[in-house]
Amino acid sequence: MNSAEVNLTLEPAADTPRPLVLTPGEDLRGYLLAHLGRAVLFLMTFSSVLAVLLILLFVIVRSLGFLSGYSIVEFLAGRDWRPTADSPVFGSLAIIVGSLYVSFAALVFAVPVGILAAVFLSDILSWQARNIVKPVVEILAAIPSVAYGFFAVLVLAPWMQKHLGLSTGTNALNASLILAVMALPTIISVAEDSISAIGRELREASYSCGATRMETMIKVVIPAAHSGIIAAVVLGMMRAIGETMVVWMASGNATQIPHPWWDVSQSIRTMTATIAGEMGESPEGSEHRGALFAIGVLLLILTFSLNIVSEYFLSRAKKATGKA
Amino acid sequence: MRNAVVGIVMAVLAMGAVAHAQTLQIDGSTTVGPVADAFAEYFKSVQPDLAITVKKTGSGDGAAALVDGRCDIATMSRFMKAEEFQKAVANNVLPVAHVVAMDGVCVAVHPSNPVKALTGDQVRDIYAGKITNWSQVGGSNTPIVVISRDTSSGTYETFESLIMKKTPMGASVEYVNANPQAQSRVRTTAGAIGYVGLGFQEGVKILSIDGILPTRQTVASGTYPVARPLFLFTNGYPKLGSVVHRFVSFYLTEKGQELVEAKGFVPLTNY
Repeated sequence: MNSAEVNLTLEPAADTPRPLVLTPGEDLRGYLLAHLGRAVLFLMTFSSVLAVLLILLFVIVRSLGFLSGYSIVEFLAGRDWRPTADSPVFGSLAIIVGSLYVSFAALVFAVPVGILAAVFLSDILSWQARNIVKPVVEILAAIPSVAYGFFAVLVLAPWMQKHLGLSTGTNALNASLILAVMALPTIISVAEDSISAIGRELREASYSCGATRMETMIKVVIPAAHSGIIAAVVLGMMRAIGETMVVWMASGNATQIPHPWWDVSQSIRTMTATIAGEMGESPEGSEHRGALFAIGVLLLILTFSLNIVSEYFLSRAKKATGKA
Repeated sequence: MRNAVVGIVMAVLAMGAVAHAQTLQIDGSTTVGPVADAFAEYFKSVQPDLAITVKKTGSGDGAAALVDGRCDIATMSRFMKAEEFQKAVANNVLPVAHVVAMDGVCVAVHPSNPVKALTGDQVRDIYAGKITNWSQVGGSNTPIVVISRDTSSGTYETFESLIMKKTPMGASVEYVNANPQAQSRVRTTAGAIGYVGLGFQEGVKILSIDGILPTRQTVASGTYPVARPLFLFTNGYPKLGSVVHRFVSFYLTEKGQELVEAKGFVPLTNY
């Protein structure tokens, strides 16, 4: 009879390559390798965080020289931006207003179109058509911004001058339209994802109460996905505010606040275009360059806070669909 | 298979390792850029192993590149500013200016504009925002769309010092970043006024300033009020016979004059 002998030797079994008991050397090596591996992966992850932090630090440090020597109130509230005059004036109000003006105008065009397109993509279009249309929409995001800029200056501007009778075609309206087209893929993607993430139960419950398709979409689905939609809009706004090439070419770069505030046919200048246009010629370490870095700090603060807002709404959306 | 891939990568790297005999880096003004391009093309046709790179990012950028040692020749449509000079000397770079051509900054309007002449004061008032409608200077009743080059441009500096003379530019002045862009904006906008170099007159109408049209004679003699020299800056006087020296003295030859004229500027020689 086979006695159930317990194998007390220290050789490994025939099919396991690793010994069952480790020698001290192997044990130590395994410990070190495991922790070294963790450290390397941590460093790689941390290096991307570090890159962002270092950029923020670099921009802030370079702007401190200017901000300590120039009145901040004058910088934020002054309307004249004359860096190359004999007594330079750095008033960035018109520039900040220009950035926000163009971004909000872009959202006015992009948000209705984007949300309705997202609803269409997720609720109305058949699954096969959706699999074709959604990648096409995402291709819009891959077009280089300088191509949009060319289109704006060479095609859209003369068209505006001829058909809309505007005196100048490079104005806030031109820049807003192109920014709206650039922000659309972002808005549509994120909104569509959050609308699709709402389960069928909600829609079926609405239909079972006798609601029509339109009532379901507008009164049930969109409100249910409101966190994700708000996040989509905020991300679209981030894209619009950070865009440089298009506004540099298409907005006319006039340092003014549009006189009746709703007159979008006047030229404006944005923060990004100011930095891009004037960085090269400003002497290193001069007040002008410090002022440009200060504008960069403002831009970073704006985009970071928008990012935090969108993260908050996205996490609310995830929590909502987790519950549903 | 793997050996084939390694072999291909090595071959590509080896091709990259073949160095050109000589390289020449030129950076700076968008106005002088076409002249440098024409010179570079001729030099390359005569000496094919020469690699000349001409960048056009603005006179200010060209000066900065020369000071940093990033280029051999800086093309500039204005003289170096005091700070640029001081920074250069602090970096052991001694800028030497070579005037290769004369340029006139032409005030341009849309071809359909009936206005043919303006005074320097009128141009100044238009750019300062005091005159806002073409009817105030003898044209039709259209608002004036004022177009200027951005502040890193030598054309802007020349215009500012010779016409604006310390008067600040108006708030609604639009800024573009290169001569071709200014030309295309004026060409496509009916109420526009802008200023371009002599070489960018195609498709727009050039006005006479204070009664003088920018032509070869008026620019070369300096009677046109907005005339300026175009410079090539080098670090010290280039060694005689070196490619840099040949490049900066090319304008003295007959072929150089031909190329300068072809680009629409006024040569300094008179063959």
